[in-house]
Amino acid sequence: MNLHLRYNLDKICRAVLKEQLDKFGFRYSLSDSACVYFHDQIPDDKYIRLYETLQKYGIEILDNKKAVMVQRVKGIISNMLDNCDVPLMKISAHLSNELGENYRTIAQIFSETCHMTIENYIIMCKIERAKQLLLNEALSLTEISYKLNYSSVAHLSNQFKKITGLTPSSFQRIAVSRRHFKTTMLN
Amino acid sequence: MYLDKLHIVLAEDDQDDRLLFNNVFNHVKINHTLKMCEDGIELMDYLRNSEDVPDIIFLDLAMPGKSGIECLTEIKKDERLRDITIAIYSTTSVKATIEQAFILGANVFLKKPNEYDELKKILTEVIYINWQYITEGFNKENFMISY
Repeated sequence: MNLHLRYNLDKICRAVLKEQLDKFGFRYSLSDSACVYFHDQIPDDKYIRLYETLQKYGIEILDNKKAVMVQRVKGIISNMLDNCDVPLMKISAHLSNELGENYRTIAQIFSETCHMTIENYIIMCKIERAKQLLLNEALSLTEISYKLNYSSVAHLSNQFKKITGLTPSSFQRIAVSRRHFKTTMLN
Repeated sequence: MYLDKLHIVLAEDDQDDRLLFNNVFNHVKINHTLKMCEDGIELMDYLRNSEDVPDIIFLDLAMPGKSGIECLTEIKKDERLRDITIAIYSTTSVKATIEQAFILGANVFLKKPNEYDELKKILTEVIYINWQYITEGFNKENFMISY
């Protein structure tokens, strides 16, 4: 026997949405134009879980598909920098593999969302790490260049100057005075 | 962190320069608001009486009444204001002044270029880099760029 059905897709979607949103305990209102208004800020981890949950029902959060991809890219980059033995040359291939997208798409979405190319973002992350290491771990520039996978101290030094406008040694000297000033004068 | 809107403040006593900066900021693709103050005194008044704290302040070094350095010092002494990114700009770049600004807590020191396109390039870059510091949670103590 055949049972013939007629669906109201809009009703189904709304019912699913409501059910899932209620499970998360969000305070929200649904508008007619497939838009959910949240009364409170949503923490990132819940955002990602909601994204994944709704995806199972074929419901896509439009604004944040890109944001989620960018988050994954940043996570992968951060891991690569933590395991400093990974050659950075392979980053494009590695990202492409991990995300199952071609690198051009990934790079384009990243630049659109972060207002910075992946390459420049990686450089910025590396220089931030170099600053931390210079100040907190008291490592020499040679040790830092090795740790951050630079081909030479000169390469790190030049990149540092290019990004910050300061040489690593000027930066270190000024940063120490700055910290000293902050603790003695302001507190 | 999801940043909704970037709140930019500019303190500049020269009207032409205010227009110039305004023009540049109009090209920034990040959703933002811009508040302009005509000198350091107006800036400090605004900061102390406004409910929302800006994300970044562009400060002219030489202003009548209250200089950029004086504003910077007052901002850093104020617990509510001290985390705001401060970009100081000037027509000259004396090494000692740059270092002093950084030690007092400035994040960016820029020598104002004569070319409009160059200014546009630098200001846009500063806004985007600051945006990374905010969204990535990089350590702002180490945020120092000299242009």
